Amino acid sequence: MQFGVVRFYGSNCDWDCAHVIGRVAGAPVRFVRHDEDDLADIDCVVLPGGFSYGDYLRAGAMAAHTPVMEAVRTFASAGRPVLGICNGFQVLCEAGLLPGALMVNGGLRFVCHPTHVRVEDNETPFTMPMEPGSVLALPVAHHQGNYQPPPGRFDARVVLRYCDPTGSISAEANPNGSWDNVAGIANLRGNVLGLMPHPERAAESILGSRDGLGLFESVRSWWEGGTAYV
Amino acid sequence: MLRASVYVTLRPGILDPQGETIRASLQRLGHAEVEAVRVGKYLELDLRTEDRNAAEQSVTRMCDALLANPVIEDYAIEIMDGESTCSLE
Repeated sequence: MQFGVVRFYGSNCDWDCAHVIGRVAGAPVRFVRHDEDDLADIDCVVLPGGFSYGDYLRAGAMAAHTPVMEAVRTFASAGRPVLGICNGFQVLCEAGLLPGALMVNGGLRFVCHPTHVRVEDNETPFTMPMEPGSVLALPVAHHQGNYQPPPGRFDARVVLRYCDPTGSISAEANPNGSWDNVAGIANLRGNVLGLMPHPERAAESILGSRDGLGLFESVRSWWEGGTAYV
Repeated sequence: MLRASVYVTLRPGILDPQGETIRASLQRLGHAEVEAVRVGKYLELDLRTEDRNAAEQSVTRMCDALLANPVIEDYAIEIMDGESTCSLE
């Protein structure tokens, strides 16, 4: 299988993602340009963090209307896995591939520190080996990570929630004021996951946590093992 | 030439931490009467058309597609006669 890391103008975690996928997980990976429209050789799309198009208008709003996102829409509707990290999560919400919106953090500050998140749902290609209730140590770095659901019904799955190191959910463990301590959500089908924390910054023990590697390894085993959940 | 003014505001009920911080600052400056502040965006669009109805419809489509996020924002549009102040032709 091959991973594709999408690069918009202003993406800045593209190399981090490619490093972790290619060198740490040892999986084939290539960069995908913002103006590409053919993803035939890609089996998992990663939308990396950063400040695509300078966060103009709203974070992710410009990137959501690029040619590659049309291709990602088709890719996702075929049930293939898409992972949006930080700015990538914002792009997925702006593109309508995930419901809701990411607003300015409740405390107005840019937050950049380690957090803990609890796995609420392991029936996605990205969280298969993780026990529900298990805790991952992943860092956050964002100014607009305050997740708010759309008005009316919430047609998605909550996959990760901010918690303390023991797994309890509390307001103190919530870095940005997100609704229900949401750190990551997936569509109902489970193949499109967006999260604010950075798993690619927590994939090697020298960086203090390897918990993030599990997401990339999970999607690879999912792909090798067939389509258990999608 | 027509000028479209687009006002994008947070929907009622959506928490606005920026507005809340600005309200607190205004009160510290002695403006005790300020009850609430909501922060929004203002955009001006110069349109190469004279057809107001068509302009309003097309700006509505622009708002729905890009200029506002319907999950968290409302918008209002005003169309008026406008001389372009844009220096690029």
